[in-house]
Amino acid sequence: MAATTATEGEVLSAQPPGPDPGPGTGGEPAPTARRALRQGLAVAVALVVVVVAPLVLSEFRLALLAKYLVFAVVAIGLNLAWGYGGMLSLGHGVFFGLGAYCTAMHFKLADARSGLPDFMTWSGVESLPAIWAPFRSAWFALPAAVLVPMVLAALLGASVFRRRVRGAYFALLTQALAAAFAILLVGQQGLTGGTNGLTNITEVFGLELGNPRSTQVLFFVAAGAVAATFLIARQVVQSRFGRLLMAVRDGEDRVRFLGYDANRVKVLAFSLSAGMAGLAGALFVPIVGIVSPANVGVVPSIEMVIWVAIGGRATLAGPIVGALVVSSAHTSLSEWYPGGWLYLQGALFVVTMVWAPRGLAGLAEVVRRRREHDRAGARAEVAVGTAS
Amino acid sequence: MDFVLPQLFAGLGIAAVLLLIALGLTFTFGQMNVINMAHGEFIMAGAYAPYVLQGVLGAGLAGLAFGVALPVAFLVSGLAGLVLERTLIRRMYGRPLDTLLVTWGISLVLQQLARDLFGAPNVQVAAPTWLQGALAVGPLDLSFARLAIIALVSAIVAVVGVYLARLPHGRRMRAVMQNRQLAGCSGIDTDRVDQLTFFVGSGLAGVAGVALTLLGPIGPSIGTFYIVDAFLVVIVGGLGQLRGAVVAALFLGLLNSFLEYGSNASLAKVLVFAAIVVFLQFRPQGLVALRTRALT
Repeated sequence: MAATTATEGEVLSAQPPGPDPGPGTGGEPAPTARRALRQGLAVAVALVVVVVAPLVLSEFRLALLAKYLVFAVVAIGLNLAWGYGGMLSLGHGVFFGLGAYCTAMHFKLADARSGLPDFMTWSGVESLPAIWAPFRSAWFALPAAVLVPMVLAALLGASVFRRRVRGAYFALLTQALAAAFAILLVGQQGLTGGTNGLTNITEVFGLELGNPRSTQVLFFVAAGAVAATFLIARQVVQSRFGRLLMAVRDGEDRVRFLGYDANRVKVLAFSLSAGMAGLAGALFVPIVGIVSPANVGVVPSIEMVIWVAIGGRATLAGPIVGALVVSSAHTSLSEWYPGGWLYLQGALFVVTMVWAPRGLAGLAEVVRRRREHDRAGARAEVAVGTAS
Repeated sequence: MDFVLPQLFAGLGIAAVLLLIALGLTFTFGQMNVINMAHGEFIMAGAYAPYVLQGVLGAGLAGLAFGVALPVAFLVSGLAGLVLERTLIRRMYGRPLDTLLVTWGISLVLQQLARDLFGAPNVQVAAPTWLQGALAVGPLDLSFARLAIIALVSAIVAVVGVYLARLPHGRRMRAVMQNRQLAGCSGIDTDRVDQLTFFVGSGLAGVAGVALTLLGPIGPSIGTFYIVDAFLVVIVGGLGQLRGAVVAALFLGLLNSFLEYGSNASLAKVLVFAAIVVFLQFRPQGLVALRTRALT
């Protein structure tokens, strides 16, 4: 196993050394400046897209884009756990689902005024179950959407990391959790709405859903959430804690021998990651108007992993790009030929993992380095030319 | 107390199927550090073997088709596993999490392929006439189908046990599992041992698929239904451990069966999961752990 983790770490940490600002950069901007330029450009493009999208897209397409942005929030969170922390979670659908169900419960109750939510009447529940009662208050439901996933993740993490359950074992355990959670939701018809889930959410804090204005508002909220989680993730990754997290990923035992509490680092990161998934779940409900076990089980959970993998794990912007690209491919391909998506998704897993383990970000890096190499070559030629 | 015996019998049936599925997983996981998510689709491939054979041979020979299906399923799934190992998994050794995701991709493709070939709805395979009916023991009705599954799995476990303990191939396999480098230094062709393990493990999944046709209708996504539980058997039993897998399968099968009776099916899954997390507090490496001096 020791050799294993080392190789796996190597794949990830094989980030090219920063381009050293050599002498003789002459008229060319220095590489660091170029990097800042590139980042500025990316932010500008993102801002333009956020401003222009509501103007040019139909309401339906805008709602879809908002949904993809919500998925990007999940991807950012999952990347913290998997990309930076080496904890592959195949159960993030659970955290996403907890966030979604917490908010959906509140909206259903608000919708039902003092009565019972519609599906409870259908399944013959006569009085409000105790677990639903506190969700009447938005002050409870909204924080719960983030805190419940965080607490569950912290409990699970603390108990299994303590006994050094990690790597593949951890992945399989989280997958079993996702399976159990989905089955539980389906089985408790009267509490959760069963297979249908919580449907017909029509009004959110006085905002009537399903019209162009509300879709725009929700789109901006989703975009804001992506920006916020991105900044949090960046802050975390660039902090001391982030360095420690990556160190744990690459050599957990070494970190432990240096006197750090590796478990605490992992539990914190995993819990933060779950909190982001919960936040995404909370946003998903008003945008899509429904949450069901189909959004939280084993299959959706593993689809979240492909977003991160395609975008590029252990990169900050990669997961956002990955979530947007893969989700839009999912939608357009399913419209065209339903089975095709599964073939494509399968192929994506194979191709990315075998040939491009660093995803789109890795490919971009390769292209960029080749260009820089060419440019350096051209400069050298010029230098030779002037010398002779 | 009259619920105890029927639940015990039902639990044994589940345990037998889980064990058969988990055997292949525990050896590939233990020996090669490979998590094969496509294992579930090898079950599916095996399950379609009697369906196809019955279609070819006609309804009159349903029983014969079923008998022929056992070796056919073993070969088909085994070869599929071998191809997967040679083409993809070999490139991924040392990266278990990445292998997990690659094989998940393969499993998605295989499922969709089955949907396109056989149609999405579940199909029913006709059980041979000599397996229909039940053996009445006192107040208990023991269905022949479940008895046959339990007998089949017991026989396979016995063969695998002898293979591992006595036959040269099995001993080489154990050597590679315990220390790959040292086994290689001692002249064992570890590559060939890996291939054989993968072939046999995948083949057993195919046999498990044939057994599943006796329990109910089968469909393209039957594999995903069992694979999660089978991995739990591997985790609880300990990597690459036959004894561990047997005990863990019995434990999980019976626990599931009794919890389902005591509460309901949906709560039972959550309780089993909680029980496993608690269990890992005491034995994080599973029931039977390979003792090594390695740190991780």
